[in-house]
Amino acid sequence: MKEAVAATRVVPDKNGRFGAFGGKFVPETLMNALTELEAAFAEAMQDPAFREELNGLLREYAGRPTPLTYAERLTEELGGARIYLKREDLNHTGAHKLNNALGQGLLAKRMGKKSIIAETGAGQHGVASATVAAKLGLSCKVFMGEEDIRRQSLNVFRMNLLGAEVVPAVSGSRTLKDATNEAIRYWVSNVEETFYVIGSVVGPHPYPYIVREFQKIIGEETRAQILQMLGKLPDEIIACVGGGSNAIGMFYPFISDGQVALRGVEAAGRGVDTDKHAATLSLGRPGVIHGSLTYLLQDEHGQVQEAHSISAGLDYPGVGPEHAYLKDSGRVTYTSVTDEEALAAVQMLCRTEGIIPALESAHAIAEAMKRAPQMSKDEILVICLSGRGDKDVLTIQDALGSKEEGKQQ
Amino acid sequence: MTTAVNRIDKLFADRSRKRFIPYITVGDPTLEATYQLAHALVEAGADLLELGIPYSDPLADGPTIQRASQRALENGVSIGDALQLVARLRKSGMEAALVLFTYINPVMQYGIDRFFSDLAKYGADGVVIPDLPVEENGLAVEAARKYGLHVISLVAPTSESRIKSIGEQASGFLYCVSSLGVTGARESLRDDLSEFLERVKASTAVPTAVGFGISTPQQVKAVAPHTDGVIVGSAIVREIEKHAEQLKDPVQSPEAVEKIKTFVHQLASALQ
Repeated sequence: MKEAVAATRVVPDKNGRFGAFGGKFVPETLMNALTELEAAFAEAMQDPAFREELNGLLREYAGRPTPLTYAERLTEELGGARIYLKREDLNHTGAHKLNNALGQGLLAKRMGKKSIIAETGAGQHGVASATVAAKLGLSCKVFMGEEDIRRQSLNVFRMNLLGAEVVPAVSGSRTLKDATNEAIRYWVSNVEETFYVIGSVVGPHPYPYIVREFQKIIGEETRAQILQMLGKLPDEIIACVGGGSNAIGMFYPFISDGQVALRGVEAAGRGVDTDKHAATLSLGRPGVIHGSLTYLLQDEHGQVQEAHSISAGLDYPGVGPEHAYLKDSGRVTYTSVTDEEALAAVQMLCRTEGIIPALESAHAIAEAMKRAPQMSKDEILVICLSGRGDKDVLTIQDALGSKEEGKQQ
Repeated sequence: MTTAVNRIDKLFADRSRKRFIPYITVGDPTLEATYQLAHALVEAGADLLELGIPYSDPLADGPTIQRASQRALENGVSIGDALQLVARLRKSGMEAALVLFTYINPVMQYGIDRFFSDLAKYGADGVVIPDLPVEENGLAVEAARKYGLHVISLVAPTSESRIKSIGEQASGFLYCVSSLGVTGARESLRDDLSEFLERVKASTAVPTAVGFGISTPQQVKAVAPHTDGVIVGSAIVREIEKHAEQLKDPVQSPEAVEKIKTFVHQLASALQ
């Protein structure tokens, strides 16, 4: 464990590798842009004015710091560890995505780019990007799979309202993977004037690094808050993992605290024994997707397989390369929960705490429902509540409705 | 490992002639059609064939080649089928240089060393991997060298200061990307294309070939003075797509192959 911790502090290396994972597997046309981005990011982070501007926006526009809420009734219900919720659902636009979109949006502006593009699955990163574009006076195109456009129509309208253009991705499974392909293709064609705002800790270097740096505020705040409230660190932290940005943001500041157990939760969809899941770290093999070497759901010939989850934000056949690294190093434990367990978790949190969680975040809650009863009452469990569930109520209504029908039959 | 001179080197030993390099996707619309088309392309004037291995997520390709990949994948065509096709072409006496175009992931899953070993065994001469920039190609280059093959590097109009280092380590020939963006036919080429091609030429000892977006005999003619070879992909794949149903039918296939051959001949003869 100690070795893993020491190694973790220096990733990514200068080649953008997290151990064996990461790198830059992209067309040559993009390589120069990635080098420029890396330099611009390093320079911006050294500049106190940039950091001040970002911190100002996070404080006065996004509403940070987000609270750490003691979930008293959920704790009582589960009868084990004391549960705290990191309330990224209370961030402006309703999820942690804005932290990164603000950072990259400011970077785009600093680099003199007038237009940004983004990919989105559930629509949260698309909404965050559209929001930032409006706030900073940039034009914005959001690539979104046709299937996700259907599942998340409210978010599509929200993006349009904010002045962004939503471009449907019609290839492949028409979800996040394909939206990302289309965003990369558009970027290759318009690389000189466009900034690509990647929404998760995925993609070619330096993206997984940049997104982590903009999201680690989640873990930093949590660490300070729990120390102030209880005078000690949590025993365990749970976060959901699709691409994995809220999880990396939450975990990273705790990586060297060996006594804090870290658990990432993937979507098992209809079950890990079916072909309808998104449990990349549990069932994938190392491969290349969207410019990065990482765990990947693929067939024996290396063709990328379609992922499935009730949650559009976890429906991704790859995962951030840093998670691949943290899995192999053993620092983080990765598990998965099914669509059904996530739905039960939504209802549990609604009824005990009066909070409707995003379906993505419900995966972390479902895992906590398994873990907390096994822990003692003086142990502390923190859940990253990465987003609110308003965007999902129709999906939840459909799923619960068909379940009721099933029961009646 | 191999004693024979690589066919790419043999081809470009004489640089007084410009070389025509068509691209087709293996298994589009069937493996048999690809076999027939490969021969037809050589008869139409191709000096080197670029054979694309279909991939689920071809992010350097435009809609035309994406659809071709999709058609081939629906037939269950895999990297192994592409290698078998190369073997079959060699057995039938094909002498043209053969380069496989593939994304890196299928190669990784096949095994990098095994892939190059099999390429050499079955008679291919090199490989183009569009998502493998020089920073990441170490293992592939090492394996290719071991078996006397070339990993063809790409250089783009945005490569700028990278042109020099890419040019220095290039092997076989250097693939110049004519325009920003993915593969696919374009109405016009960049104004500064000839300048870019001349810069690349000056930076490398290996021959150059230009591709991405070249679709008409006029465009072939226009770029020829600045390069040793011209690559045409999507324009040919579009013709194949038009005749896909006929190509699948053994009775109608010869006529469709003949039509595509005529189309390719017009492109190839623009070089002479």
